[in-house]
Amino acid sequence: MALLEITNLTVEFATAHGSLRAVDQVSLSLDVGDIVAIVGESGSGKSVAMLALMGLLPWTATITADQMSFDGKDLLTMNAKQRRAIIGKDISMIFQEPMTSLNPCFNVEYQISEVLAQHFGGSRRSHKNRVIKLLEKVGIPAPETRLKAYPHQLSGGMSQRVMIAMMIACEPKLLIADEPTTALDVTIQAQILELLVELQQANGMALVLITHDMAVVAETADRVVVQYAGQQVEQRAVIELFNNPRHPYTEALLSALPEYAKEKTLNAIPGVVPGQLDRPAGCLFNPRCEHAQDLCRQKPPQRSEGILCHYPLPLKGATTDHVEASL
Amino acid sequence: MNQQALIQARDLHKYYTIKSGLFQPNQSLQALSGASFDLYAGQTLAVVGESGCGKSTLARLLTLIEQPTAGQLSLDGIDLATANKKRVAKQLRQTIQMVFQDPFGSLNPRQKVGDILQEPLIINTDLNANQRRDRVLELMQRVGLLDEHIHRYPHMFSGGQRQRIAIARALILKPKIVVLDEPVSALDVSIQAQVLNLLIELQQELGLAYVFISHDLSVVRHIADQVLVMYLGKPVEQGLSEAVFNNPQHPYTQALLSATPQANTDRKRKRIRLTGELPSPLNPPSGCSFHPRCQNATAQCKTSTPVMEQHGDVSVACLLVK
Repeated sequence: MALLEITNLTVEFATAHGSLRAVDQVSLSLDVGDIVAIVGESGSGKSVAMLALMGLLPWTATITADQMSFDGKDLLTMNAKQRRAIIGKDISMIFQEPMTSLNPCFNVEYQISEVLAQHFGGSRRSHKNRVIKLLEKVGIPAPETRLKAYPHQLSGGMSQRVMIAMMIACEPKLLIADEPTTALDVTIQAQILELLVELQQANGMALVLITHDMAVVAETADRVVVQYAGQQVEQRAVIELFNNPRHPYTEALLSALPEYAKEKTLNAIPGVVPGQLDRPAGCLFNPRCEHAQDLCRQKPPQRSEGILCHYPLPLKGATTDHVEASL
Repeated sequence: MNQQALIQARDLHKYYTIKSGLFQPNQSLQALSGASFDLYAGQTLAVVGESGCGKSTLARLLTLIEQPTAGQLSLDGIDLATANKKRVAKQLRQTIQMVFQDPFGSLNPRQKVGDILQEPLIINTDLNANQRRDRVLELMQRVGLLDEHIHRYPHMFSGGQRQRIAIARALILKPKIVVLDEPVSALDVSIQAQVLNLLIELQQELGLAYVFISHDLSVVRHIADQVLVMYLGKPVEQGLSEAVFNNPQHPYTQALLSATPQANTDRKRKRIRLTGELPSPLNPPSGCSFHPRCQNATAQCKTSTPVMEQHGDVSVACLLVK
């Protein structure tokens, strides 16, 4: 049985202009030890889907799903108290901006021990040694001296390490990292990604990495979910996806990267992601797709082999050999 | 090249004094020490490095927002140290313009696009309202905005369109040099490619010189002719883009390149691990400022300070590069 099983998750927000479908029939299945990356541009619903799983969405959101279960427990029918016992303990989440996710009024020790006291009981003080061990584990030098530090005394990389220490305090089975390195410098980004993968392997966690950076995906994930305007357009193993993208959006996203450019002009995708009021008929990507045909403008596509497209790009014959070679 | 350089910077320094308290001596923070380069029309100089390395200080010096503490800077053939400050500054501000990182923060939310774009013209030129409007519309078309956008407010645009507005604002005075401070790092990949294409087109068409500040090395590699790598306020490696990327000499450049994730799934690439973080610029390490994080550091690196020296195609400030 999979650790996390989400089938056809849909999130709709009630807004002044009617209902906005931020996440549209998203499915995800995760096992212990998996690293899955969710990529997409802003507005593709990648964070919202995970916030729905965490139960962190405001009351304006309506969440529907055929199935949403974690470790055999059904998250849809669960009451708030039962959910609270899982969230933060078995499932935890790291956010994009380490500087704003930490509370500026409390020191590092207070914030980490609070998590431990909440889920394991006991007073905050009784967890002091555990906090030191956690800080050590995430690579903070001289953790004893950092216990009383306030967030403003820490650099961006250090704050993100503290966030990670807090999130792995209860040894979660599933860690969701929402753009964990976007606000950091490249050298620090490399350190944090390495740390996340190390912890994932040491603790046997499943890791969901939400990002917009294809390069980060290529270097860390096993499996990739590509989202566009709330829909999952492609879900594949990472090597297959990069060698042989099958959805036109994935292909366009990859060829827009400067490192894939063969000439001075980049292959930009024309237009922007559709908003709430300008959703096209048929396939949502059709106005920006260079392969779009009449059928794409009339009828929404059906999913086949994990790809949401009327005319998926052909499977390359050589791909399979290459996968074996690189594994 | 016998053409005159648009920017000639020689050994630019900028120190800030930090007040430590009533009875303590003031500290001096070396935000930038010893940057030198020439930039010609139609060329792009990329300045790369981590936050706190002096990239933005350099941008502030070039755009005349601040005065250098020491060193020589001439823009468009005019030496700033000897020139009559007020008159020349006014003239030079039309020559050098800037595009900022965050298109959400750099546009006044209470001004319409038309007003944002014509404000530089009102301040700096004698054009009448009709002429200003013509110039604004011409430039809006050039950067890919529609005529009807002139009456809209910034919040009605997406990030990519806002960055187009910011680019139009920078170009409205027909500058020769544009300083781009992380112009695409707040944008999505597909939009980033659109804006980069626009910048490249404009450069080719108008012969602009760009100072491109960025931490994204894949973007820099694509757009830059010359690269200046900085660490803790000091240039560590400088040269033609090809040379720096294909054969980095300084250990910091090597580490930076190897830390940059690449969009290929070959995981066998060996990473140079940079441990630790950028030291405080108030209390920089002795000798080579990179030595505490450098994997090749020797005892000599702790005591003697390297200077920029030409090694083949690039200049490097490292004691170990021979």
